[in-house]
Amino acid sequence: MAYLKGNNSWWKALDWWTVGIYLFLIVLGWLSVCGASYDYGEPDFLDFSTRAGKQLMWIGCSLCLGFILLMLDSRMYDAYAYLVYGILMLLLLGTIFNPHEIKGSRSWIVLGPVSIQPAEFAKFATALALGKFMGEYTFSMHRMRDMLVCLGLILLPMTLIILQRETGSALVYLSLFLVLYREGMTGAVLFSGICAIVFFIVGIRFGGDMLPDDLTSWGEFSVSLLIVLLSALLVRLYCRQGGMRPALYIASIGGGLAVLGVLFSCYVIPFDVTVLLVSIYVAIVAYLTFLFLRERLANYFYAAVFVIGSAVFFFSTDYVFNRVLEPHQKIRIEVLLGMKDDPAGAGYNVNQSKIAIGSGGLLGKGFLNGTQTKLKYVPEQDTDFIFCTVGEEQGFFGSALVLFLFMALILRLIRLAERQTTRFGRVYGYCVLSIFFFHLFINIGMVLGLTPVIGIPLPFFSYGGSSLWGFTILLFVFLRIDAGREG
Amino acid sequence: MERNYDLEKRKYVIGGAVIVVVLVFLIRLLALQIMSDDYKKNADSNALLKKIQYPSRGNIYDRNDNLLVFNQAAYDITVVMKEIASLDSLDLCETLGITPEFLRERFKEIKDRRRNPGYSPYTNQVFLTQLSAKECGVFQEKLFKFPGFYIQRRTIRQYGYNAGAHILGDIGEVSRKEMEEDDYYISGDFIGKLGVERFYEKQLRGEKGVEILLRDVRGRIQGNYMEGKFDKSPVAGKNLTLGLDINLQMLGERLLEGKIGSIVAIEPSTGEVLCMVSSPTYDPHLMIGRNRGKNHQKMVSDPWKPLLNRAIMGTYPPGSTFKTTQALTFLQEGIIVPGTPFPCSGGFNFRGLHVGCHGHPSPLTLIPAIATSCNGYFCWGLYYMIGARQKYGTVQRAMNTWRDYMVSMGFGYTLGIDLPGEKRGMIPNAQYYDKAYRGSWNGLTIISIAIGQGEVTATPLQIANLGATIANRGYYITPHVVKAVEGEKLDEAYTKRHYTKVEASHYEEVIEGMRAAVLGGTCRLANLPDIEVCGKTGTAQNKGRDHSAFMGFAPMNDPKIAIAVYVENGGWGATYGVPIGRLMIEQYLKGGLSPEDEALATDIQNRRIDYGILER
Repeated sequence: MAYLKGNNSWWKALDWWTVGIYLFLIVLGWLSVCGASYDYGEPDFLDFSTRAGKQLMWIGCSLCLGFILLMLDSRMYDAYAYLVYGILMLLLLGTIFNPHEIKGSRSWIVLGPVSIQPAEFAKFATALALGKFMGEYTFSMHRMRDMLVCLGLILLPMTLIILQRETGSALVYLSLFLVLYREGMTGAVLFSGICAIVFFIVGIRFGGDMLPDDLTSWGEFSVSLLIVLLSALLVRLYCRQGGMRPALYIASIGGGLAVLGVLFSCYVIPFDVTVLLVSIYVAIVAYLTFLFLRERLANYFYAAVFVIGSAVFFFSTDYVFNRVLEPHQKIRIEVLLGMKDDPAGAGYNVNQSKIAIGSGGLLGKGFLNGTQTKLKYVPEQDTDFIFCTVGEEQGFFGSALVLFLFMALILRLIRLAERQTTRFGRVYGYCVLSIFFFHLFINIGMVLGLTPVIGIPLPFFSYGGSSLWGFTILLFVFLRIDAGREG
Repeated sequence: MERNYDLEKRKYVIGGAVIVVVLVFLIRLLALQIMSDDYKKNADSNALLKKIQYPSRGNIYDRNDNLLVFNQAAYDITVVMKEIASLDSLDLCETLGITPEFLRERFKEIKDRRRNPGYSPYTNQVFLTQLSAKECGVFQEKLFKFPGFYIQRRTIRQYGYNAGAHILGDIGEVSRKEMEEDDYYISGDFIGKLGVERFYEKQLRGEKGVEILLRDVRGRIQGNYMEGKFDKSPVAGKNLTLGLDINLQMLGERLLEGKIGSIVAIEPSTGEVLCMVSSPTYDPHLMIGRNRGKNHQKMVSDPWKPLLNRAIMGTYPPGSTFKTTQALTFLQEGIIVPGTPFPCSGGFNFRGLHVGCHGHPSPLTLIPAIATSCNGYFCWGLYYMIGARQKYGTVQRAMNTWRDYMVSMGFGYTLGIDLPGEKRGMIPNAQYYDKAYRGSWNGLTIISIAIGQGEVTATPLQIANLGATIANRGYYITPHVVKAVEGEKLDEAYTKRHYTKVEASHYEEVIEGMRAAVLGGTCRLANLPDIEVCGKTGTAQNKGRDHSAFMGFAPMNDPKIAIAVYVENGGWGATYGVPIGRLMIEQYLKGGLSPEDEALATDIQNRRIDYGILER
């Protein structure tokens, strides 16, 4: 130990808070796997042939792995970033042509008794490469070429993973745009991206649920309301010179008219609300243009562009979805959004998972006492739907604790990332926390029935060696970089 | 590194987003776990049990409404290990007629995850399968004594006759591949594996229903979830009516006993398949229930290949039955007129090439040529057609014209019958010969195709379809086994007329020749006293003994049945083909056989051809 301390200052500089949260999560994760895979008959968790036993083995390996990563020189990660990235991309490419299909996806490499998913490690490689590239002294967010390289670094693994038919894992890479945002990409990109996704999902998901007047869909109504309120928010945030009034007008008159119109249509005389909504958009755009001309403030103009863009986007997705897409493509999207019960039962899964969580109550049924998960009503209950077990057995308190731990981890990582002295370290750190955030958001959102059913694991909880190792590597490499920072 | 404090503020946006998401999740959790009563009700650990309700599979009838395939109840006994309480195992063994050792062994098997990967002590596990109604009745009475045991009704297929196995097909448990291809199936479901059962799987299977049941902590059923709001009742499969005449089919199978071959009969006006015999055949009952796998495996390795449906999968040289197509082609193309004479003294002799023939007057015209099945006549015809340079320019174009005629009569491609596995046979074209003979060939090189030998092959179904085409004077309707699907219109493919390239008037000449063959030519044995039968024999040369074939239809002026008979290594067409054709036509048109013909049938049934297969 003395030798380690003497030569490796990392022991002292290591962020023990993060390590503590990590260990806590790992232990909770293992208990959940025990609960999810447990049958009353054989409570032998240490038996390596059971899921719990195997997971324990992988946890052990992860700890060793974490330790080894801490021992290495932090400059190594910087030096070998592209090499690691290159090797992982080749592995991903190789996996596509690998004949081992597991549940229709070609994402596994089988080496004797072990099968690994390179996609889980590619996240680490991409984070490294992105950090390395953006850490270059000459890098500038505003140069087209640099931006394109960044996009390329992100889109390459995404494409390869989509080719492996693992769309869920590929979507994780979208979270890296959060890093670009932190490093100076204009917020408008992120904002429009998120708006587009929200409009699309809400519009399609609730496009078939009609309001009581049978003419307007919930999707159309809520997206319209969202557009009005968001434009008010934009005006409020970016056009302060104009004072509170314009935003207030837009929100109250625009939003109010929309709500009133729908209520009128529902309870007095049914009419096609689309006409009204379009005229509200037109009115807002006209108002903003007027303000722009009067105040000579470009932001009004941008807000108007946002309204037009959003409306056009929304109505065109609606049109594309209902008229252009082939039925089978439609069904695939509908299944992804949980609108159609596919035979494996995405909708059924979510319903079962909500029942399981709901049955947990405040305090839960206690460790190993969950019945919903035990009866195998929730498919994938020890992988993608593992949070069900937490909800059922540990109740609201347990689930809240897990959520808080994740929140603490991510917030802590933000703090660590911000204190990096190199851009490489900061970018890498943001990559790590963005990836964790995305997994948390999608996975728990899915289990709670809030986000589409996209099969990605919950870090440190879901059963499986590849994902656990992948997340461990991501985290510990960052801890090592953090511990080795100068100054 | 210089700091950009403006950008650094963005950490609050990101951190804020994380906090917002976690807060939303917390609110959702609060709603699900604490506020909502719906889920709270389930907090008493009521669980849902999705119980699949299987629809009854459609029945299959023949053209006279004889029930060919139907469902028979069978019962499975399932067990939920966790619900077993104070089991009187001796009583259980007595009731089910099993030994205590078997019971112990069975329990061990169920609990062993290596042999039963889906095991859970809380879900239904299959204990015994396919009990008869009687066995099950005894158990039902005592069921209350055995908590944890359940009876699950399921149906198995049953066959009304021991005939038509190749057409009817069978059902078996779905394979993993089939489950991957169609999401409808889950492990343990049954699916059509062969014949009509497979081809009409979607119509026969119906649609599964589902019943969602509520269970309490101990897994006891408490009733339907939300009063059955989400239940779906199963939709029964559709019944099928086949064009098959089961009596005709049984006679055909009887006649081909101990021989390898095939009989196909078609109703020319509709294209309905009246019978489709492939010999050797097998008892469809072998494919029912628990022994299917074993029996199927046995048949796969049987050298007689009983599973092969030779009527659509066997491709044979059509032999002299093919001469009718040549006559029609030559007439239409103007190569011959009915009065054109060709010489044939003991065969076709030209430039050192010799195709043998048999004794008959020479020279002769078309009708006697068909009646006596003269080889020389058709060889000359083909020679003149392929060599007609003024008309076609090149042999290639002549050859491809010839090919087009054959294809228009249903040869060379699959006909599209509603059974899986149909073969297409072979009609060569110019490119084929260019390749085979490096471009140097002529009518003489390929002369044997004129008499249905050489490269030409066809399935018995195609030969029968030729009979139907001639009977219809120039068109056929794609042969099909299923005449009607309950509540559905028949596929247009099975009602559309396919016209050949030959005019109806030329068919009359050929029909006269075929009639002459029956009255005084090679098919005299097919001459029934009061039915005008038209026929054509075939004696197809091959490596071993000749194949015996017959193609015909009846009655001549109002055809009700067109037929092809093909007996491997049966010798002359007149040896097996013609008498079998006669008996089949008589059976179908008269509804039975005269006493003399009954004796003939028994005689043919008892004849055996030595294939030496067991030594092979």
